[in-house]
Amino acid sequence: MGVLLLKQANRVLSTYAADVSGVCSALFELGGMTVMHDASGCNSTYNTHDEPRWYDWDSLVFISALTEVNAVMGADDKLAADVTETARELRPRFIALAGTPIPMITGVDFPGVARVIEKNTGIPTFGFDTNGMHSYLLGVSRALAALAERFCEPCERDAGPAVNILGATPLDLSVTGTAEALRAAFAAHGWRVNACWAMGSSLEELALSGRAQVNAVVSSSGLAAARVLQKKFGTPYVVGLPFGETFSGTYFAALREAAEAGENRFPARMDAGKDGTFLIGEAAYMTSLRAALGWSGACVLCPLELSDGLLGAGDLTVRAEEDIRAALQSARLVIADPMYAPALPGGARLLALPHEAYSGRIYRSEIPALIGSALEEWIEEKMK
Amino acid sequence: MIDLRKTDPGVPISEASFPAPFGSTLEYASPARGPWNIVHVGMLIPESRQIFVCAEGCLRGVVLTAAEMGAMDRFSTVAIEEHDALDGDFEEMLLGGVTDILNGLEKKPRAVLVFTSCIHHFVACDLGYVYGELRARFPGIDFTDCYMTPILRQTVSPDALMRRQLYAALRPTEKEPRRANFLGSATSPALSCDLREVLASAGWTAGDILGCKTYDEYLALAKASLNITMIPAAKSAGEELERRLGQRHLYLPAAYDYDEIDSELKTLAGAVGAPTPDTRGKREAAEAALRRARETVGDTPVALDYTATTRPLGLARLLLAHGFRVTDVYADGFIEDERADFDRLRRDAPSLRLRPTVHPAMRVQPRDRAGTLAIGQKAAYFTGTNRFVNLVEGGADGEGLWGYDGVVRLAALLEDAARREKDTRAIISVKGWGCCC
Repeated sequence: MGVLLLKQANRVLSTYAADVSGVCSALFELGGMTVMHDASGCNSTYNTHDEPRWYDWDSLVFISALTEVNAVMGADDKLAADVTETARELRPRFIALAGTPIPMITGVDFPGVARVIEKNTGIPTFGFDTNGMHSYLLGVSRALAALAERFCEPCERDAGPAVNILGATPLDLSVTGTAEALRAAFAAHGWRVNACWAMGSSLEELALSGRAQVNAVVSSSGLAAARVLQKKFGTPYVVGLPFGETFSGTYFAALREAAEAGENRFPARMDAGKDGTFLIGEAAYMTSLRAALGWSGACVLCPLELSDGLLGAGDLTVRAEEDIRAALQSARLVIADPMYAPALPGGARLLALPHEAYSGRIYRSEIPALIGSALEEWIEEKMK
Repeated sequence: MIDLRKTDPGVPISEASFPAPFGSTLEYASPARGPWNIVHVGMLIPESRQIFVCAEGCLRGVVLTAAEMGAMDRFSTVAIEEHDALDGDFEEMLLGGVTDILNGLEKKPRAVLVFTSCIHHFVACDLGYVYGELRARFPGIDFTDCYMTPILRQTVSPDALMRRQLYAALRPTEKEPRRANFLGSATSPALSCDLREVLASAGWTAGDILGCKTYDEYLALAKASLNITMIPAAKSAGEELERRLGQRHLYLPAAYDYDEIDSELKTLAGAVGAPTPDTRGKREAAEAALRRARETVGDTPVALDYTATTRPLGLARLLLAHGFRVTDVYADGFIEDERADFDRLRRDAPSLRLRPTVHPAMRVQPRDRAGTLAIGQKAAYFTGTNRFVNLVEGGADGEGLWGYDGVVRLAALLEDAARREKDTRAIISVKGWGCCC
């Protein structure tokens, strides 16, 4: 009974933030206005579980309050009119529309509605046909890539070392110091952070991303924007995060090499081992962590999209709970969000590393910033 | 820069229309999270499990609601993916997903609440077939059809639907003549509540799903002869059980007008065979409590909102009549029960400002009225005050406020709020305040 559908059932596991939240998160700090075309629910989910900045930062994120009648009648003009009216009042720097399941079913033409709104308001407008059926990574990815396409114009490259950080959102990095530690690490290694996409930088700073010699992709969600910037300006990119003392050296060497050679680098990529250690999570983060820990026998298990080219041979991309359980049958030591605990076999040890995009705010206070030597302190404490 | 003076969407009540003072446009959601959602309500059924069948984006909020409650051991999901929308076989997907989950559980739950979503409604999923098949496959489990369908909120609110379905597993049974239930509220009426006094005076006992520890105790709610609902969202639960189980239903909504309270108490007394209560002493107690509270609160501006009580205008009217300086009511619309209070306030307090909570301009309104005393989480958030009564759905500190007893209790809470600051951010960030599941 029902064997074929097992892949979509989660008996005990959580679920990742969705693409629509990814769009909102990526654009949150940039002075725009993001509208989820949704009846209700996406707004409270986003601002309760996916957006730790909500209470302190009056970013313009709304829902369209879609009704059954408007969905059935295809009243996209109501969406365009409401967004236009609000935008005229609040005057955002740009507007983004993000879709949810019902607009997908009814076939809303988001790029078309965006064009109407842009014509009405004169404000740059994006239409993302997200549908709530993909992970946040896809939403962040599409939003950042669209910004790069639309706003980044050619500019003079810096004479000194300058870098853009791509793919930084609280969904991957939380708000517990990782973004700040990243900036500090770049500065300590002689790199000026030109822009951080998209935590702590303005839209103007992002628009001048052509000044950087290299782009640092800290989440797979930053890859698409990196590719746009490479196409526009020839800027190479490096994927990974500078965790731990030793791997930081490797990472910053890769950054220099990439800048000099104009070629992309993947310093964290290595083949998977089979010693029973696993790291579960986003590909750039977990491959970097494995490299930084020197766990050559470990396997990265990525339950998310956009991992192509980041994982090594033998690493796993599995999403379904039953597949995750099966993959972990031989596990003895696992680094993962605490909400993966029920999927671990008896006897396996979990080193809890909460991930905002998975467990939301529940374990936020326990999310460490592992940049540089902080990793060694964290793992020593965890392994006690 | 945004000119905030131009963006204030509030209006004086003298210029407002009823029941919807504000137009329909984009919506904002403030960080006040106190009211219960469908997960909190559904978890009240002991020994039950919830299975949500939705897209990931919709699952996220309910999964983490369950996780924050510590109830993930009673919660599962089936994710709808793009290919399901294309394949169109939602019935088999529902059946297969629920079946797989239940087959994988070492211990089967007594009851399963299956939540379908807007998509199922749009594709006209044959839910009758699905539930019939599930009941055949798992005869020892009570299945309840539940709904996360916010797109239908203008015809039937998901909240009201959930509070109705909460009792759908109750089966016809022999009635106990002097047994009543309170239905559908997030808090039970206080032990000193006027309603309980009337029931007790005629020898009646009163139960509530909030007190049920086992599934059998839940099923025993069907033995009651009378159901009482006190909020509009619970009304259809009472009506449905009256139709299906023959339990008499009385809708006795929260009221702040003494004559209305008396009228409701008289209705209850008549229904249970109790003498009409003499409420003169209760009125005096309520008046004395309000006088004390007024002395403590002084001329401090008071703001209140619709999440605190379903009758914010009635409460505003009561407080204004007792000298409180009520300045703002935060509500996006009003129920029909509020019409008389609306009309009276237009006449007696024309400058009372009605403010929306979901209008997009509320995102950028200054929250700088820390000197305000608020009743309700949204009023506390929007004014920026730390002095507030944490009243959620008419309940505070685990007890429902109703009638004269409710007025006395509310007056005491006002005094407490005036004297003692709260950590507003910490309190209002908690989802489903008071949920003890």
